[in-house]
Amino acid sequence: MLHIVNKSAAERSSLESCLRMATKGSAVLLIEDAVYAVTNGNAAAAKIQAAAADLKIYALGPDLAARGMAGRVLDGVNVVDYGGFVDLVAEHSNCQSWL
Amino acid sequence: MSDMDDMDDGSGVIKKFMFLNRKAPHGTVYALEGLEVVLITAAFDQDVSMVFTDDGVFQLMKGIDTKGIEVKDFSKTYRALEGYDIEKLYVDQASMDARGLTEDDLIVDVTVLSVDEMANLMAEQDVVISF
Amino acid sequence: MQFGILVNEGPYTHQASDTAYLFARTAIEKGHTVPRVFFYHDGVNNSTRLATPPQDDRNVSARWSKLAADHGVDLVVCVAAAQRRGINDDVLAPGYRISGLGQLVEMGIQYDRLVTFGD
Repeated sequence: MLHIVNKSAAERSSLESCLRMATKGSAVLLIEDAVYAVTNGNAAAAKIQAAAADLKIYALGPDLAARGMAGRVLDGVNVVDYGGFVDLVAEHSNCQSWL
Repeated sequence: MSDMDDMDDGSGVIKKFMFLNRKAPHGTVYALEGLEVVLITAAFDQDVSMVFTDDGVFQLMKGIDTKGIEVKDFSKTYRALEGYDIEKLYVDQASMDARGLTEDDLIVDVTVLSVDEMANLMAEQDVVISF
Repeated sequence: MQFGILVNEGPYTHQASDTAYLFARTAIEKGHTVPRVFFYHDGVNNSTRLATPPQDDRNVSARWSKLAADHGVDLVVCVAAAQRRGINDDVLAPGYRISGLGQLVEMGIQYDRLVTFGD
């Protein structure tokens, strides 16, 4: 399954809930304000890095760049563009948005 | 119910639809308008599950009284779901525990799932609609 | 592959409609089809022809109309949500039509993927 999270982890519990429920081997794509969770030194960094052991973590590049965060991405996070976003949805048989 | 049969899209395809409810009622519109989607979906003979996690569990509280805030009380509609053959209502145990709730606090019968059970349920869905 | 898109929020206040639009446009560029986009909750507010945003920024309502015109995307506005929010046929921008929630359910049944964009 592809899980899509769009809100900042500091604002909403959606990332936390997603990481709790995503089964091993799933993909998690962070878009919009959720991309802050994959930046160096943020409060959710440890949680993301722990999750990366079992899940494939992606972040939407244009949203990182729009927030001045393109150069501050945690190791192990895959940055994709909108083409990559489309491919992720196509490659996974189902997707779930955590709003 | 017979007029609802007209809404079948005719293809014979049955998919697993999951409706993900994570928000409390009344503070936002998503509980009410989400419920309206589920009622319409009933006419399409799909395999429908409603999942309540995080603050979504609050949608199912007994004893809701909206008179003071002057908004429609739609809480009894959850009890009407069974009449529409929407019977798979799942609640996250951890979300209930974190909010001091038990099944006795809820207005309908639900199936309470552990985090692993719920994770597996989500993973096997064809279509997930989030509000 | 056929992608269905659900937009739960209105223009500007949330990024949802922008993200959904860029996703749809990219999917089409990559050779997929987006037969229908369904607008629900405040998403119905994307359909107004009355918006006059500043010229130096995107026109959210209009660019959905352009996607519809260029690629045949069916822009469907939920009637119940529209009635609550004062959207009717008189105010619709080109390419949008008002219809029932059944149109959303059909997308889930008929298309390969259905992606929700919201708050």
